[in-house]
Amino acid sequence: MDFLFFFLFAFIAVACAVSVVVQKHPIASALSLVGVMASIAVLYLQLGAEFLAMAQIIVYAGAVMVLFIFVIMLLNAGAESRAGRSYAAQLMGPPLLVALMASLGFAIMRGFPGGGTVKFDSFQGGTAQNIGYALFTDYLLPFEVTSVLILVAILGAIVLARKEMD
Amino acid sequence: MAEAMQSINLQAGVPISWYLVLSAVLFSLGVAGFLFRKSIITVFMCIELMLNAVNLSFVAFANQHKQVSGHIFTFFVMVVAAAEAAVGLAIILTVFKNRETLNIDEINSLKN
Repeated sequence: MDFLFFFLFAFIAVACAVSVVVQKHPIASALSLVGVMASIAVLYLQLGAEFLAMAQIIVYAGAVMVLFIFVIMLLNAGAESRAGRSYAAQLMGPPLLVALMASLGFAIMRGFPGGGTVKFDSFQGGTAQNIGYALFTDYLLPFEVTSVLILVAILGAIVLARKEMD
Repeated sequence: MAEAMQSINLQAGVPISWYLVLSAVLFSLGVAGFLFRKSIITVFMCIELMLNAVNLSFVAFANQHKQVSGHIFTFFVMVVAAAEAAVGLAIILTVFKNRETLNIDEINSLKN
């Protein structure tokens, strides 16, 4: 059953990721990216990270992608043209991509031969309680710094996107 | 490969390295999109795809070591990605307002 779910959602994730890369229209890419994020959230559940799975759905597939789609609509971004890429790049790109994937996979399978297995429900340390406890004890300083980062990001976004006032 | 397949016990669960391979594949696809796409918005989405791939391997390692630290790292990556998306999309809006284009080949005023 674990294998079935892993293969199902890994396949969905990879198919949607390929779709992100090859779709011409930005809206189609954005919707494919939502599919990638949702299937990664299911894999998080299988790995015992239930809080992160929900945060992935809410923050990534919800907030961030809505922001993306909002900007695509606002700028009226149409399909991009394929012209201008050199012939060598179009010819060599896919084989080089497969070579990169294969070398990464080979290195991983070599480096972690007996790295343990994942069963659903085998790790229960990813609840909101555990995450919250770790955030407010061991990782309190990074957590507070994060709030400053978000404040800076809000101010930066407002300053960049506001209308020029003379 | 044959003995690798024999050593996999279907009852024991999914090997942790398969999650890492999936993460590597998603990351490679993100790199490919980052390099080949021309629309600045799609390039930005491919960056998000790479961040997601790295998050997946963080969570897989957290499961292997039975520690919550990997989840905390993923949490911070999510926060940084959200902040980055807000600022980056504001920059895209400004660039489009000034240059009237989304093609990254035409946004080259820092060249030379």
